[in-house]
Amino acid sequence: MRHLIDPLDLTREETDRLLTLAEGILADPKAYAHACDGKILATLFYEPSTRTRLSFESAMMRLGGKVLGFSSAGSSSASKGESVADTIRMISGYADIAAMRHFKEGAPYVAARYSRIPVINAGDGGHQHPTQTLTDMLTIRRKRGQISGVTIGLCGDLKFGRTVHSLIKSLVRYEDVKFILISPEELRLPSYILKEVIEPSGHPWREVRDMEEVMPELDILYMTRVQRERFFNEEDYVRLKDSYVLTKEKLNLGKKDLAVLHPLPRVNEIAPEVDEDPRAMYFEQARGGVFVRMALILTLLGLAPGVLDEE
Amino acid sequence: MLNIDSIENGIVIDHITAGRGMRVYELLELDKLDTCVAIIKNARSSKYGRKDIIKIEGVMNIDLDVLGFIDDNATVCTIVNGKLAGKKKPSLPKKLVNIVSCKNPRCITSVENVDQIFVLCDEEAHRYRCQYCEQEYKK
Repeated sequence: MRHLIDPLDLTREETDRLLTLAEGILADPKAYAHACDGKILATLFYEPSTRTRLSFESAMMRLGGKVLGFSSAGSSSASKGESVADTIRMISGYADIAAMRHFKEGAPYVAARYSRIPVINAGDGGHQHPTQTLTDMLTIRRKRGQISGVTIGLCGDLKFGRTVHSLIKSLVRYEDVKFILISPEELRLPSYILKEVIEPSGHPWREVRDMEEVMPELDILYMTRVQRERFFNEEDYVRLKDSYVLTKEKLNLGKKDLAVLHPLPRVNEIAPEVDEDPRAMYFEQARGGVFVRMALILTLLGLAPGVLDEE
Repeated sequence: MLNIDSIENGIVIDHITAGRGMRVYELLELDKLDTCVAIIKNARSSKYGRKDIIKIEGVMNIDLDVLGFIDDNATVCTIVNGKLAGKKKPSLPKKLVNIVSCKNPRCITSVENVDQIFVLCDEEAHRYRCQYCEQEYKK
């Protein structure tokens, strides 16, 4: 039985095959409409989420399966002090697969250790968010035809932005990837990701403060939100929240075939005037998340032979 | 000068950084042994000035993995029939289980009763990372 806790739980080849499956589902969703008949997905969301939870639920429903779960810690037995280990043991008897979001980092890893069903990490604190990574990779691949050779600018909160950390871990496995890290001093990428992930990969990278100066170089601009919930200090949040705002004017410094991605939700880091530009891919990216999760559910339930390497 | 008898058969952990002897004793769970164990604190050392030493009589098969993490200055000497039969430096363990705790308040281990697991991520720099949240362990 396989889980997806960290993006690196899938090899590069497995990731590529899973993205190919997602593209296949996207092209012909009806062919998969009953692929999960009789199966149940448990969505265990200890932290509020709109996109991720609904896209998981939509994915399972589009596969013909059913969904149960909770959408906040307060409405689960966690409020009575139940451990993650006990919750997943119980859920293992109620569902065939589980997607877990938790405000504590590593909670889905704990769940996977005690689970009898596949566990998908749907985001754990500021740590990892592997299904968002798969969604991001699908968007990059659909836009460019391939992931290798991409110059990506990651902009905003690179310190607490779990989607950024997960994406970098996955991208370093492809050839000729160039990273441009755009952030204020206080929200720079943690040094361990530079030292243990980017530098050993040999891919070129640089840190910049100014978004405008690098816009012309980018194939992908990955915007992130400065997340209020990751700060212990409200003053720091207020000071840093408006560090970057992508406007039409700034976007026009970019290439004609640039793609702007954002894991959403956005607050004000992308001006609404950008939404109509064909380079704004974030809503299409969010739509793709459903198909990636469909592919992942099928794969982890053993209903998509050939995606995972033989054990 | 305090005299502690030499041992006939057993292990001597020498060159422990002064002050860390008790920690080594605890983490190696030497309190669970029913053989003779001596801890010598602040012994004179020509190399380090002062050092701690632990002598364990009659036992050869102690799991010393964690020693490399606590004190990589230490030397493990095996004594057979009163003579030095082997001497080695401890190596860094690949994994630490319930040796140190994660200090990240956002880590699941801060609220869930699970093993504290740290994994060696950089042997040269002696760096370990929490298996759950990946936060680096800082002493």
